[in-house]
Amino acid sequence: MRNYYIKRIISTILTLLLVATITFILMRSIPGGPFTREKFIPDEIIRILEEKYNLNDPPLKQYFDYMKGLVTFDLGPSFSLIGFKVEEMIASGFPLSAKIGGMASLLIIIVGIPVGIISALKQNRPIDYFVMFTATILVTVPSFVIATLIIYFFALRWGILPTFGNTAPLWYIGPVIALSGYSLSFVARLTRSSMLEVLRQDYVRTARANGLSEFKVIGKHALKNALIPVVTYIGPMVAAILTGSFVIEKIFALPGIGRYFVDSVGNRDYTVIMGMTVFYAAFYIVMVFIVDIIYSLIDPRIKIDG
Amino acid sequence: MKKILALLLSLTLVFSLVACGDKETETDDPAVFNWNIGADPKTLDPSLNGASDGGDVINNTFEGLVREFNGEVLPGIAESWEFSPDGKTITFHLRESKWSNGDPLTAHDFVYGWKHGMDPLSESEYSWLWEYTNVVGSFEAVNGESLDDVGIEATDDHTFVVQLKQPTDYFVSLTAFYHFMPLHKDSVEAVADGMWAKTPEHAVSNGPYMLTSYELGQGLTLEKNTNYWNADNVHIDTIDAKFIDEESTAYAAFQNGDLDYIPDVPPSEITRLIAEDEQYYVFPLLGTYYYSFNLDRELWQNDDLRKAFVLAIDREAIVEAVGGIATPATGVVPPGFTDHEGRDFYETAGAFGIETDDSQFDEARELLATAGYPNGEGFPTDLVLIYNTRDDHKLIAETVQQMWKENLGIEIEIQNMEWAVFQGTRKAGDFDISRGGWLTDYMDPSGMLSLFTSNNDYNDPNFYNDEYDQLMEDSMKATDKAVHFEKLYAAQEVFMEVLPIVPVYHYADDMYVKNYVKDWGRSVLGSVDFSRARIEK
Repeated sequence: MRNYYIKRIISTILTLLLVATITFILMRSIPGGPFTREKFIPDEIIRILEEKYNLNDPPLKQYFDYMKGLVTFDLGPSFSLIGFKVEEMIASGFPLSAKIGGMASLLIIIVGIPVGIISALKQNRPIDYFVMFTATILVTVPSFVIATLIIYFFALRWGILPTFGNTAPLWYIGPVIALSGYSLSFVARLTRSSMLEVLRQDYVRTARANGLSEFKVIGKHALKNALIPVVTYIGPMVAAILTGSFVIEKIFALPGIGRYFVDSVGNRDYTVIMGMTVFYAAFYIVMVFIVDIIYSLIDPRIKIDG
Repeated sequence: MKKILALLLSLTLVFSLVACGDKETETDDPAVFNWNIGADPKTLDPSLNGASDGGDVINNTFEGLVREFNGEVLPGIAESWEFSPDGKTITFHLRESKWSNGDPLTAHDFVYGWKHGMDPLSESEYSWLWEYTNVVGSFEAVNGESLDDVGIEATDDHTFVVQLKQPTDYFVSLTAFYHFMPLHKDSVEAVADGMWAKTPEHAVSNGPYMLTSYELGQGLTLEKNTNYWNADNVHIDTIDAKFIDEESTAYAAFQNGDLDYIPDVPPSEITRLIAEDEQYYVFPLLGTYYYSFNLDRELWQNDDLRKAFVLAIDREAIVEAVGGIATPATGVVPPGFTDHEGRDFYETAGAFGIETDDSQFDEARELLATAGYPNGEGFPTDLVLIYNTRDDHKLIAETVQQMWKENLGIEIEIQNMEWAVFQGTRKAGDFDISRGGWLTDYMDPSGMLSLFTSNNDYNDPNFYNDEYDQLMEDSMKATDKAVHFEKLYAAQEVFMEVLPIVPVYHYADDMYVKNYVKDWGRSVLGSVDFSRARIEK
């Protein structure tokens, strides 16, 4: 067990280093630099800026300097938000992104899984058709459409929700629903199909033959196995949702970190691109790790061993 | 007993409620203005800023030597100013005024602020502007020469003297622009990288409002600056500003009454708003949208060919397609510049024989035939028009592509590039036809025309014309206003005779402001001004 954790930690560090290295190389190989403006910046100032951000060092030195910073959690200053360090930007935006992402993840789990189970148990009945129909629509409709519709109807037309501003608790409803729409439907569908498959298994029949109550059959025996693929999906999904969504944050005017991802590439904001990618990668790895632990908890056949 | 107690209690409750209500009506509600700035400004330091969102804030937190309000240049911190007989020295007489923290504001603060902007160590991306100010030694300082040789000086606490290389008509109005503000030295030096301006305890300013909070990516708060010299005429107590860069969200919030001012509306709403809503305003912007021919390519050496391309588009249809608020362009200089006789430069210059509608397509076809490509026959088929990725640029490029195909029988490809790539490609001259656009930063047509002088970095069509260069130089050196403008008129004539570009439209700006907000202003260069604004609900 202990060996396993040590192995896991080492592989995590190696993966992060690899991610950082690949991002570093890719980033520098795209044309254009961080100081491309509509109106050209005088050469003398470009020179000083490059010196400040160490861009005039040889690439290899820049790489090692960056890696050194990474180890000490110094992600460097942003090129486009003057005066802010990348870690400050993450610290300022992540709590909100994570809060909304956390609520969305909860909603997905609390609603998605039961709905999927009910749908599987009532296969080919009206309720199943209704759930699958709704889920198919929600999977296909992009989140920005859901978000815009929420603002249009609930905020503008009916005045039930505020249009922006994360001060009122009510305000979270819009972003959380828009953010969870796709995954919620996906989880419901996944739970349903995986449940249907498990229900056909011999051991479920045996359990029923033994006279166990339907609640026990489903809740104790079927569900555990049916959840394995769902947990596999939910792990990385939580990582993606908690680190913010560009579209949702833009539409609901949220000061989260999702938008930095997209903006930083356009701005060639090297340090922000690096910082966000490494942050997301680290988060992702942790979530995958948690998924592995959950596996072993719900299915004893899956063992964590060194 | 219990009942009586309950009655007593409820009575006191009712009375206390009534009393509270009275209290509220007695004191004036503070006037709060809800403003959407748009994006989170990159910086709020006047000497570093180069963007309109930051400029909008600075225009309300700072005041320069003069304040420009709806095109009128009014005394600001300078009560009066006079020119030397040769027009090269301007002496500004400053009023007694204070910083928002109570410190006295002197001419030395202007010297410090201006030099801070020029100093390459401040890393101001906007310092190129000094080249056009003609302030002695300023652009040299930007490029690393000594700041001591710059021709600005505080001869005493209230006298600020500026030396110019040559008389510069627009100089005084330029000092209203955000790059020319005084700075409070102790505050600026307290925090690096201009962050002082986003940190309430260091954000010392001298304008109608001062910054009291800033939340990254979310919004900021401005409060009335009681130390502002003209504070008696400031009627808004608090400006609650947001950074909502999604037009449709801001629009919904405006409709809901959560915002009183938004800088843009969704393009799909424009036509309806122009027709129905008096709260929607459109302003001309001092800029032009065009396509450059790459004159370095042999193909484009053909005068008739270029003219055929210029005449074969329907500018009115293009403007309509992008919302209908812009002005179809027939030249380089947009409406809004006044010449030495008080006439509008754009009106006076005329249309150079270019119509804005679809009436010249036959003429275009004839020119194309004269150029050697009747009905487009024999014309290269691999021509590419490049533009930077954005919805409206795409729409315009597709429209123009279609017009050239229909009216000239010529098929070109269009290709979008991400901004940073586009900029590099265009500067390297690696294109056949390229999108171009320019907004000027000072009130003189030379701000547009100087783009196309031989040594200008933005001369994308690679237009090298000695006569043009000479006229531009003469106009810039002219000590006489009439000569200055006549040379500029002549230069545009020369340029439009050659036609190195396809003028498309002159930019326009819009804003949406509640009708209960009165007396807001806007500078000709596009910064909003709430220094006198009132809210009358």
